[in-house]
Amino acid sequence: MSEALTLKAGSNLEKVLTAGKFAVTGECGPPKSADASVIEKKVKLLIGYVDAVNVTDNQTAVVRVSSVASAYLAQQNGIEAVMQMTCRDRNRLAMQADILGASVLGLKNILCLTGDHVSFGNHPQAKGVHDLDSISLIRMYKDMRDEKRFQSGEEMDVAPPLYIGCAENPFGDPLEFRAMRLKKKVVAGADFVQTQCIFNIPRFKQWMEAVRALGVHQEIKILAGITPIKSAGMANYMKKFVPGMDVPQEIIDRIAAKEKGEAQQAEGKKLAVEMIKELAEVEGVAGVHIMAVEWEAAVPEIVEAAGLMPRPAVA
Amino acid sequence: MITAERKPFDEIYAMTEGHDEVLVAGCDTCVAICLTGGEKEAEILASEISIKAKSEGRELKVEHTAAIRQCEWEYLDMIADKVGEFPLVLSMGCGIGIQSMAEKFSPKLVMPAVNTNMLGMPQEHAVWLERCAACGECVIGETAGICPVVRCSKSLMNGPCGGSHAGLCEVVGPDQEETECAWALIWERLKAQGREDLMFANRPPKDWSKSSSGGPRKMVREEAKPI
Repeated sequence: MSEALTLKAGSNLEKVLTAGKFAVTGECGPPKSADASVIEKKVKLLIGYVDAVNVTDNQTAVVRVSSVASAYLAQQNGIEAVMQMTCRDRNRLAMQADILGASVLGLKNILCLTGDHVSFGNHPQAKGVHDLDSISLIRMYKDMRDEKRFQSGEEMDVAPPLYIGCAENPFGDPLEFRAMRLKKKVVAGADFVQTQCIFNIPRFKQWMEAVRALGVHQEIKILAGITPIKSAGMANYMKKFVPGMDVPQEIIDRIAAKEKGEAQQAEGKKLAVEMIKELAEVEGVAGVHIMAVEWEAAVPEIVEAAGLMPRPAVA
Repeated sequence: MITAERKPFDEIYAMTEGHDEVLVAGCDTCVAICLTGGEKEAEILASEISIKAKSEGRELKVEHTAAIRQCEWEYLDMIADKVGEFPLVLSMGCGIGIQSMAEKFSPKLVMPAVNTNMLGMPQEHAVWLERCAACGECVIGETAGICPVVRCSKSLMNGPCGGSHAGLCEVVGPDQEETECAWALIWERLKAQGREDLMFANRPPKDWSKSSSGGPRKMVREEAKPI
């Protein structure tokens, strides 16, 4: 009973993390067409293997089925969603309207993001909104939840119960500011953080050291980001073209040493499992966030091999 | 200052269609300094139009003039007679100059021969960089004299996004040129000033009502009005 009172949203993810269990989240990118079956297929692969699944919001600035609709569909198909929300496509009115909409549809976990710049996507001529940044977005949702207030200060009758997440990139610069940036998000009201995909473990550990020095690991649940590498080509692509990625050459070489196809995929899964095991030992890491981009089918095997099954059932 | 770039010649030339007489009007302030629309550039454009018309066997009278500033009524008075001779004016002033001309000489047809692009400064010879968004609420006192509203690609107010790498922004320019990360610059200069804690505090959302989101702005200085 007392535990129930301390929960902010009562989502499965919140319960798992609050109970001190090692959490596993997955990710599902909605399709670029009005095809609900894609979402159904992707999330069904993950049922039972993750505690919640992130549903991306026009990721890499490419138009897709909206994150509200996709997250709702994910939950209808039997898996809890973490709805992503970027500041790129909406102003504060739309971001509040959508979170109220998400809430009345039963969505509880929200991930607050700045968003990739429009120039990366399929509508580079669009106006990037950026009315708020991710830190003020977190604060806005916290005030809606805890103070029953809109960003303007106006009151509302029923607050949306939200478990508020954020992202952080331990590999972004300036390095010495990165831990402080997470602290700013904690101060703003973030409950959990999912990091950028980790390939450079020494640098991640360096960042975690700075995070611990600020005591931030005790104020927020940190989920380490994992992306299984499907091929050496994909690793090269991420290194060269995906903003904020740090893919050491030795990782690429390790995958490239295997034959293209199944052998590289197997090595990619093996690497992911090794990394999860190593990251789980880092003080302050409360779980992993597995972003298997267009490779959701790899997740069950990885979670199993990492010794993370069965997923906890938390009342 | 305000910077502008000349429109592609074909686009400008198309504006003269159906006319026999055209005046190219330069402005000798901002757009002259950025080598786009001063008297010299107006003369060059007038010549180009004239040559093109001749090559097509088209009779077109093309002349040029320039105002000291197209954005002030009294300077427009000085070119009023010349403007009066022509039914079509191609203005090379910035967006403010062009509108001032169009209003002053209404209903004469005043067309833009340049694209106004920013409030910037010449970082080096022949290179201009954007420096101000005219957002109506200046924050650079807390950001080491570097504007995050216009120099951060996402107008972030609380430090760099995850795309900041080695001092560079994740966004590259149209010609693949690199852009400095404004927040990396802010961080370094705040450190040099011993004021980096300014980046640790959470800044509230920006009040965009003071920018163009609040509708067209108007400034009145009562004390400066004639008695």
